[in-house]
Amino acid sequence: MLSRVANSLYWMSRYIERAENIARIVDVNLQMLLDLRNLDEERLAQHWLPIVETTGDETQFFQLHKKATGQAVTEFLVFQTENPNSLVSAICQARENARMIRDQITIEFWEELNRLYWFVKTPEARRIWKESPSEFFQQVKNSSLHLIGLGYATLLRNEGWWFVQIGKFLERADKTSRILDLRSGALPEKGAPEAAGQPEALEWSAILHSCSAWDAYKTLHGAEVHPRGVVEFLLFNDDFPRSARFCVGQLNHALRRISGVPDGRFCNDAEKLAGRLVAELQFSTVDEIFGRGLHLYLDQLQSKLNDIGAALFDAYIFQQFNNLEDEIMVQQEEQQQQSRTIRKTHL
Amino acid sequence: MPTKPKTQPIKRLLSHYEPSGFFDEMLDGEGRIRPHYRQFQELFQTLTTREFEHKRQSIDLAFLRQGITFNVYGNSAGAEKIFPFDLLPRVIPAGEWEMLERGLAQRITALNLFLRDIYHEQKILRDGVIPPSYVLTGKHFRREFVNFNVPKDIYIHICGTDLIRDNKGQYLVLEDNGRCPSGVSYVLENRRAMKRAFPAMFEGIGVQPVEHYPQELLKMLHHIAPAGVADPTIVLLTPGAYNSAYFEHTYLARQMGIEIVEGRDLVVRDARVFMRTTKGLQPVHVIYRRIDDDFLDPTVFRRDSLLGVPGIVHAYRAGNVSLANSIGTGIADDKVMYYFVPRMIKYYLDQEPLLANVPTYLASEAEDQKYILENLDQLVVKAANESGGYGMLMGPKATRAEIAAFRKKIEAEPRNYIAQPMISLSRHPTCVDDDNYFEGRHIDLRPYIIYGEKIAIVPGGLTRVALRKGSLVVNSSQGGGSKDTWVLYGDE
Repeated sequence: MLSRVANSLYWMSRYIERAENIARIVDVNLQMLLDLRNLDEERLAQHWLPIVETTGDETQFFQLHKKATGQAVTEFLVFQTENPNSLVSAICQARENARMIRDQITIEFWEELNRLYWFVKTPEARRIWKESPSEFFQQVKNSSLHLIGLGYATLLRNEGWWFVQIGKFLERADKTSRILDLRSGALPEKGAPEAAGQPEALEWSAILHSCSAWDAYKTLHGAEVHPRGVVEFLLFNDDFPRSARFCVGQLNHALRRISGVPDGRFCNDAEKLAGRLVAELQFSTVDEIFGRGLHLYLDQLQSKLNDIGAALFDAYIFQQFNNLEDEIMVQQEEQQQQSRTIRKTHL
Repeated sequence: MPTKPKTQPIKRLLSHYEPSGFFDEMLDGEGRIRPHYRQFQELFQTLTTREFEHKRQSIDLAFLRQGITFNVYGNSAGAEKIFPFDLLPRVIPAGEWEMLERGLAQRITALNLFLRDIYHEQKILRDGVIPPSYVLTGKHFRREFVNFNVPKDIYIHICGTDLIRDNKGQYLVLEDNGRCPSGVSYVLENRRAMKRAFPAMFEGIGVQPVEHYPQELLKMLHHIAPAGVADPTIVLLTPGAYNSAYFEHTYLARQMGIEIVEGRDLVVRDARVFMRTTKGLQPVHVIYRRIDDDFLDPTVFRRDSLLGVPGIVHAYRAGNVSLANSIGTGIADDKVMYYFVPRMIKYYLDQEPLLANVPTYLASEAEDQKYILENLDQLVVKAANESGGYGMLMGPKATRAEIAAFRKKIEAEPRNYIAQPMISLSRHPTCVDDDNYFEGRHIDLRPYIIYGEKIAIVPGGLTRVALRKGSLVVNSSQGGGSKDTWVLYGDE
């Protein structure tokens, strides 16, 4: 498979997953506000600012907006194309990558992604969003889930497929950890949290809803929402397809399907780092994490995920790539040498 | 403005349509439907206006959804348009097509012999059939490739020849596109859309298929593989996702099941071409390139080209990789060479041309130049090496200032200009507004000729239509659209 193609498949998949997760985050937060009364401006800013921080673009946000009001934050996260990580930007990027590898994906997959692109680009999308943000986010989420389903049902299980999986699970693990991080500020810096009061419980429930984890959590833990339970569930659950452990496990598996190297061994840094992270997520407890501080732990988790992404790039995408000037020079040297040998043989 | 009654579209078409003054493809001089359109008419008249409208909208939407679009240059990124599609098909009877097929085959054979000759012995120049200076000073004559042997002696592997019909209905060749002709994907997609919208018509009428084009193309690419390579790796080289024909590139690559690569995916080592893959470098043997000569290799042609592959020409010369089309075919697209094609046919094949040229005057011949300059307001003047409807003067429609400007250009560089009388292109009923109202619009035809072990031409080609009223310019970049082209199994 062409390295460029692998790269585009990976990013296409990451951006689709990113768009879906932004929809999840913003949707849940808007709904949560409906449950909280009497919020003054400061409380509102306290609510919205962590969401901007979650996507990691705080500086840019304040270049474009004065205050972290609900409207400014949602505009920034959803529609603003100046923000390269906004929902609309992510969909544009996903489609742009798909366009470059149009021959590698099925017509069904392409048409759905293209449809989503034209949907968010129309005034109709904004109208729906104004009338009912939930409806808008629902459409984006559905489209993303539809794409995942189309992928499972129509894409060839070749090397490219595993790059798609890696992009998806890397992004999902990262976003789950960032969603969880939304509440880490409310916890004691170190040590296990107390049972949550009513407003806090609502916010922790919102976290579960963001990850479509509400029903699964209830099955395991009952209706009472405890911060400790939520953290454990979203980080360490073996079977929930959005938990960090599950995602990193899948990511590790996909890496090995590309190289053919079995578990417990590695042939490049991406596999080494992914293997380590799997082990860490398998052999850690939630109490250890609270002992070190949740925020710190999540921060480190995110940078480990970044390292895996960078190592993947080194291993498969950019090997032996000269810039154009160097390449021209290499060619000229080669051709000159050759004409010299030819001349010699003629003598 | 004529009234628009709510009847079936075909009845309205006949009651308001005025074919006067031009050759109309569907109606004869008395306004009767021509025999080869009768079956279509019978089926089409069962449609109500509403059904027609519904089919039209669903096809447009399908094209947008599938991303069957072209990019508009000089516009911000993401400026994509669908190539407007008109539902009324252009119909060609079998007998007429056979004549065209023979004429096109004759023409490409002569062109390939001409290219082989001017890059080797140059007999046609020595025998005085074509003045040598016309070839040797041609902008796209690649003297570096004189005495170079291209695989199987084929220069033009894919040719898109533009045909028009004059006011008597005679077919004329307008130009040959022997470099990277585009548009064939629309032939295939238009057919697919029409089959979806009107399945019963295809059953009833009997239309020759076009779907085998990608197989014919792939067969040809296999045929030209370097000697000794049994199972060649074939790729399509595209300038990238921002090229106006990118959709077509991915489409053809997918249909042929070959890899689509950009310049940066390829690398040359030891005069061999490789592609960068996740498993390292892999050899490439045949390249269907959709990049012009000028941009192909920055070590040989334009140094500032970011699209090309440094060293690829070296590998080509070494015989380790084959290119389609070959380097140096641009000289055959030169409009001055076009003038000589009938003579080439006579010289190399000793045959009379089956397809006539449009009468052409060369500005570099004294007598012709005099005529051109005296009749600038009557003629169409074209730059010898421009395409896409650019660099031309439409005399009858031009302002005085435009004519004066062209006069200067012609006098300064006569070698670069030719002139032709204004040909009134044939017209075809075409849906012209949202109320499904029909008017005659000018059309042309671009068949795609593949020259491999044999010559293969899929029946029909791309019918382009100038959607602006009275316009003769059919290019997609200038308000053109397209129609499906039906070649019948019989003559009715």
